[in-house]
Amino acid sequence: MTRAGFVIANLFRKRTRTILTLLSVIMAFLLFGLLQSVNTVFNAGSDFVGAARLIVQARVSFTQPLPISMLPKLEAVPGVSRVAYQSWFGGVWQENTPLIMFSLDPQRYRDVYPEYVMPDAQWQAFERTRTAMIVGRQLADQYGWKIGQKVPINSNIYPQKNGSKAWAFDLVGIFDGKDEEWKKRTNLAFIQQDYFDEANQFGLKGRINFFILKLIDSKDAERISRTVDAMFENSPDETKTMTEKDFNISFVKQIGDIGLIVRWILFAVFFTLLLVVGNTMAQSVRERVPELAVLKTLGFSDASVLGFVLAEAFTLVLVGGLLGLLLASIAGAMVERGTGGQFQLSLDLRVWLIGIVAIVLMSLAVGLLPALRARRLKIVDALAGR
Amino acid sequence: MLAQALAITGLGIRSIPERWAPSLVIVVGLAGVVAVFTALLAMAAGFDSTLKATGRSDAALILRGGSDAELNSAFDRDSTDLIKEEPGIAAAADGKPLASAELMVIAELVRKDDVRNGANITLRGVEPAGFALRPQLKIVAGRNFTPGLRELIVGQGVLKQFQGAQIGDVVRMRGSQWQVVGVFASGDAHDSEMWADINVARSTFGRTGSSSVLAALDGPGGLERLKSAVAAEPRLTLDVLREQDYFSGQTKQFRQTIGFLAGIVTAIMALGAVFAALNSTYAAVAARGKEIATLRAIGFGGFPVVVSVMIEALLLSLAGAVLGAITAYLLFNNLSVSTLGQNFTQVVFDFKVTPQLVARGLVIAVVIGMVGGLLPALRAARLPVTTMLREQ
Amino acid sequence: MSESMVEVRNVTKVYERGKQKVEVLHRLNLEIPKGDFVALMGPSGSGKTTLLNLIGGLDQPTGGEIVVGGSRIDQLGSGALAHWRAHNIGFVFQFYNLMPVLTAEANVELPLLLTRLSAAQRRKNVAVALEVVGLADRAKHKPKELSGGQEQRVAIARALVSDPQLLVCDEPTGDLDRKTAGEILGLLQVLNREHAKTIVMVTHDPKAAEFARRTLHLEKGQLLEQAA
Repeated sequence: MTRAGFVIANLFRKRTRTILTLLSVIMAFLLFGLLQSVNTVFNAGSDFVGAARLIVQARVSFTQPLPISMLPKLEAVPGVSRVAYQSWFGGVWQENTPLIMFSLDPQRYRDVYPEYVMPDAQWQAFERTRTAMIVGRQLADQYGWKIGQKVPINSNIYPQKNGSKAWAFDLVGIFDGKDEEWKKRTNLAFIQQDYFDEANQFGLKGRINFFILKLIDSKDAERISRTVDAMFENSPDETKTMTEKDFNISFVKQIGDIGLIVRWILFAVFFTLLLVVGNTMAQSVRERVPELAVLKTLGFSDASVLGFVLAEAFTLVLVGGLLGLLLASIAGAMVERGTGGQFQLSLDLRVWLIGIVAIVLMSLAVGLLPALRARRLKIVDALAGR
Repeated sequence: MLAQALAITGLGIRSIPERWAPSLVIVVGLAGVVAVFTALLAMAAGFDSTLKATGRSDAALILRGGSDAELNSAFDRDSTDLIKEEPGIAAAADGKPLASAELMVIAELVRKDDVRNGANITLRGVEPAGFALRPQLKIVAGRNFTPGLRELIVGQGVLKQFQGAQIGDVVRMRGSQWQVVGVFASGDAHDSEMWADINVARSTFGRTGSSSVLAALDGPGGLERLKSAVAAEPRLTLDVLREQDYFSGQTKQFRQTIGFLAGIVTAIMALGAVFAALNSTYAAVAARGKEIATLRAIGFGGFPVVVSVMIEALLLSLAGAVLGAITAYLLFNNLSVSTLGQNFTQVVFDFKVTPQLVARGLVIAVVIGMVGGLLPALRAARLPVTTMLREQ
Repeated sequence: MSESMVEVRNVTKVYERGKQKVEVLHRLNLEIPKGDFVALMGPSGSGKTTLLNLIGGLDQPTGGEIVVGGSRIDQLGSGALAHWRAHNIGFVFQFYNLMPVLTAEANVELPLLLTRLSAAQRRKNVAVALEVVGLADRAKHKPKELSGGQEQRVAIARALVSDPQLLVCDEPTGDLDRKTAGEILGLLQVLNREHAKTIVMVTHDPKAAEFARRTLHLEKGQLLEQAA
């Protein structure tokens, strides 16, 4: 037996109580894990993107297309190394599974997004074949698409010239992300802008949703953004230019303050948990006053007895917390797989770290008062039953 | 039997103050579950009711064929004029068809709570018939816009959530300046819009056609007649929908998402609450162990004991549920928020804590209370009296 | 006689109960030589348990000096006192001795966690202690699986396991029947005579006191005539 063994043995004093408390902790951290990763997805998922690319959209809304004729002007801006563009296609797989799908210029896009990796032959096939489509690894795996397949996709916005909203594309390439972060972003599909522009009934006709500027030096981001917007100010196509990261964030902000909602829910959950576990710990110490006194008679210092109680609280919250986070991880991964990467709910390192901090803080919160009480207890009074 | 149960329950309840800590756990735990559940669903209900209130059942919304939102819809002037002549549309007092061509333009305003990122809202250019078709819409401050001028009236929802849209302010849109001259209230999704003269909007933004046409139907068969007429007309590729159906269809995704989220969060919280309630009730039973054992030794049956434990658990759960519902109501009812609507523009709505919602929360609390009380209650009833006395 | 194990010099103990001050021991003097087995008797409220607590280092006197095993313990801080107790005293109480969540041998091992012994050495010492009290075959049982007498034996084994010089017992047989009490007291005698442990025992039972070498009587915080 060891001190650790003693702590664990004490946790099983009232087995039902310990297990029920543990289950409450697990539930709380399960929710914590899921909600925090939802929060992360919405708010911080764009950190890795950096400032080396700018997005130029119509000032009013990215749903308003810009004319391709702006392209040469953008290329001429000093500090811009390459310009690409893309338009939202609004593709739907089978009945009602929406896809993240864009039409674009293959070569330009490849230059501006070196983080996507695909064999040369496939890039060339994409450029040469008008009805070509390339998709990310996640998407291909999700739906079991293979190169060479003709994939039928519906558009919920654009009908073909014949009026039908059913399109079909030749899958000529599957791209990967260059590292872990970019691998998570391979849930996209791309088709050729030229083909789309010509083949759709309404035709944006020479218009695209936004331009992507690759910068020579990311430090110029601010300056170049202002330059571009000044260029088109007071024209019929006013622009709003910002870094890719800010673009992602601004979109989420329009949905609402998800972070606030998540914080409120977690506040309610952890407040309750504090009460539940705190109550358990307080009861546990109250029942054991004579035993704690005996420990002191044996020669355990006041500090060791405090240590035993804190260790008990910590073990309880740690085991429950880790199990809860683990369950959240599994659930999140399942959701992610089930929705083809649309909801990236798997817990990343940051959520685990925040979780561990929460575990430590909660252990202190529930264990400190009972532990102090155990430390203060007077042997003589305790043994006499006072 | 009932008398026994009530007697024991009375004893139990009177001793709750001594066992205040475990009892508080049940109350707070359930308050939390019910508050979160109510708040999330109040959000969905608010959004839903705002959009549901929008749209009449006796008007048709005509969009470009294949577009599922006004944003994606655009058809030319000829089509606009043609559709107004089709059968099925009611006539106005002056004999002309009661239909309003409308143009949707996306504008940007700064939110009150987030000044860095602007948000998109809808500018709706309308014809005079647009007002006639929406009698619920009233100007509540200032005046209506003057046709031919770049003037705007804004919905009261816009005023609640955004800056720079007060009467007298100037809104800049794509290089043009528009003056806000009035505020309107319509009690539905239109409160999140700005309105202007459609012709001024067309000329300012270089458009000639419309996004949609809203037309009053002439009688119960009007929609069918209009639909068949449009289908038969080769020059028109348009979709005809009942206005009300269009708007309620728009909320479906939001409702589903929120419903899903609320469901998951509530389920997990409820499970946690069950464990907490079980824990507390076991503790309560243990604390009252001697008293219960004595009662049983005296001759009170096992069943009244079960009933009394469960009633106690239930009362505490209900207390928690009421606390949670009140908290949700005080904090959230009529809280105004806005989120992205179908057109990628903001829809302003209020949280609505309705009686049905509160009732549902209470039901959840009752279920949790019963589940959390059952096992400990059975234990209290079945354990041999001697064992109970020894455990003290 | 051999040198002193315990010297109590002019010791006074005053308790404060709310506003009231109660003087439980009044200028007490006492000497216990090494190898002695003393029974402390007296009516309830006489201060015998208080005296025991002071000798055992569980409490501090309000005035006077206490020397145990050559060390002054009346001036030690609670941390130092805890350390001293671990190496010098073994306790046996009437109730609550054992941790209900641990087996007999784990209970006995508890004091050894305060030493630097390795796990293997600890196990050896535990085995020896259990052997001495005659409970080697019950090592893996939990307290609820042991009889009252067996529990006290385990408590005694635990009191012995760090090999202290002095054993302090507060009504060790108070909760046991006559026969079992006799066995426990007999065990204490063996420890005193064959293992040279000095024992101070508080009891209210004259029959129990007969097992000791001598008996001291306390009344109202003062020692009465010392009987030989």
